[in-house]
Amino acid sequence: MSASASPAASPQGWRSRLAVKAAFRFESLLVLAALVAVMAALSPVFLSVSNFLNIVLSTSVIGVLAIGMTFVISSAGIDLSVGSLIGLSAVVGALATANFDLPWPTCILACLAAGAFAGWVNGFLITKGGIPPFIATLGMLGVARGVALVLSDGVSIYGLPPEVVYLGQGRPFGVPTPVFVLLGVAVVAHVLLVHTRFGVYAQVIGDNEAAARAMGVRVERHKTLLYALCGLLAGLAGLLFAARINSGEPTAGLSYELTAITATVIGGTNMNGGHGTVVGTVIGALIMGVLQNGLNLLAVRPFYQQIAIGAVLVLVVWFDRINSREGWRR
Amino acid sequence: MSLLELKDVRKSFGAIEALRGATFSVDAGAVVGLVGDNGAGKSTLMKTITGVYRPDGGEIRFDGASLAGKDPGDIRKAGIEMIYQDLALARMRDVASNIFLGRELTRSVLGLRLIDAKRMRSEAEAMIAKLGARVKSVTQLAGQLSGGQQQSVAIARALTFNPKLVIMDEPTAALAVREVEHVLELIRTLSAQGIAVILISHRLTDVFAVCDRIVVLRQGAVIADDPTKGTSMNAVVAHIVGATDLPHQAAAR
Repeated sequence: MSASASPAASPQGWRSRLAVKAAFRFESLLVLAALVAVMAALSPVFLSVSNFLNIVLSTSVIGVLAIGMTFVISSAGIDLSVGSLIGLSAVVGALATANFDLPWPTCILACLAAGAFAGWVNGFLITKGGIPPFIATLGMLGVARGVALVLSDGVSIYGLPPEVVYLGQGRPFGVPTPVFVLLGVAVVAHVLLVHTRFGVYAQVIGDNEAAARAMGVRVERHKTLLYALCGLLAGLAGLLFAARINSGEPTAGLSYELTAITATVIGGTNMNGGHGTVVGTVIGALIMGVLQNGLNLLAVRPFYQQIAIGAVLVLVVWFDRINSREGWRR
Repeated sequence: MSLLELKDVRKSFGAIEALRGATFSVDAGAVVGLVGDNGAGKSTLMKTITGVYRPDGGEIRFDGASLAGKDPGDIRKAGIEMIYQDLALARMRDVASNIFLGRELTRSVLGLRLIDAKRMRSEAEAMIAKLGARVKSVTQLAGQLSGGQQQSVAIARALTFNPKLVIMDEPTAALAVREVEHVLELIRTLSAQGIAVILISHRLTDVFAVCDRIVVLRQGAVIADDPTKGTSMNAVVAHIVGATDLPHQAAAR
């Protein structure tokens, strides 16, 4: 069986093995390091502690969002609605406390529930309705944003309970609270994705859905759960966003789906499903954070950030196509 | 009582009647060949048994209990394993996780049920060794294995959990001559251990070599069900192509 030894020895085999088996994509760390070096060289304040905290703070919302996306993309799905779900959950959470004067835990629960419910609807439409994920979640992108605007009458709802604001603005041990939230979510999500049936089945569904079904995985139920989880994390991201600015903005999270998908794919999650990595996604989110922060420090107009992020997404997927033999076969 | 009993099983996809009342049974330890032309309904029938499809009518009983309303996971638990023609492997996962796919071994950590990858690896290694399969390491990804090796993994997966019935869909179609003999030998071994086998194959020589009975499916119905000893290659071919549909014409010749 000398034939079985040769693919592992050939450089392409080695590379595809790395891409699939590694916990994350090594290149993403290099990109992060290079980006940090460039920004540090260009801006004197970039390497300061306060700026570092700024970066991790802005990374936390994207990170939480991208971790949910990692589960969905691993299963060969996509969720375009997460940006709108930030707006929806922020508004719903703010309404619960500002308008109805409910106790502060209600605000948190309302954010999470709004996101999870919208995500569940995505999953329902995809599995029961047979609507492609791209279309179902694109529809939700419009509907959720619209509902957020209707509920809020198009204006920001100010005044969240102080306990909730602490989630966004607090600094225990000098570190912004959202960073702790991101770390907690990342640890739980990593264990879930790598070490439990829930996460492994998400990847198997993305790898070979028919095989998953034949081997007894309840594919439809599982997919619905994955979209609900993605929605739940979008709701959490919405909560962090609202808490940070102390208001429920109906336009919060506009085009964040682009950033979340880019962070996920940079991290090494396979765009075609079958393999995902939470560690990689967090690195991807950091790259997004550094990119945005650096461009801000360099006084580049925010409009250019969109161009940069969009270009990075397309380049990374292109890079993958060229590198993987799978890409050539498809 | 037979191990597996199918009575008048029906299944349609839109206007297409894939199964129009299939009836046959399989005894414990028996090797039954299921043959038929492309589109005769063999794969549909098998996927209906394994729960991938829900039958529109009829009854399937296994080991005395009805399989109605059970999903593929329940049916595997009941003791039916199928080796699919496309092998149904997750290409980006390693051999061990493919063997345990759908039945991962877990250990409890702080109340969480985590996958026990270490134990899965060692048990997968034992299974591969027992089968004499030439897979170098159970940590290789399924997508990096040769066709024969992938087949070994699919077989190992089917046999790891002590099935009572193993369904093999064209297990020899993609194999080299030597590997075919290996699979046929395996079928004989299973039968000797009391495990029933349904062999779906286009290669009638294989079917005649190992099967006790041969069931011919044509246009979604069983049109012949004979002991191998009581039939011939010519008769089976005639049933497959439908040359026996009009018996008076055949008699006139």
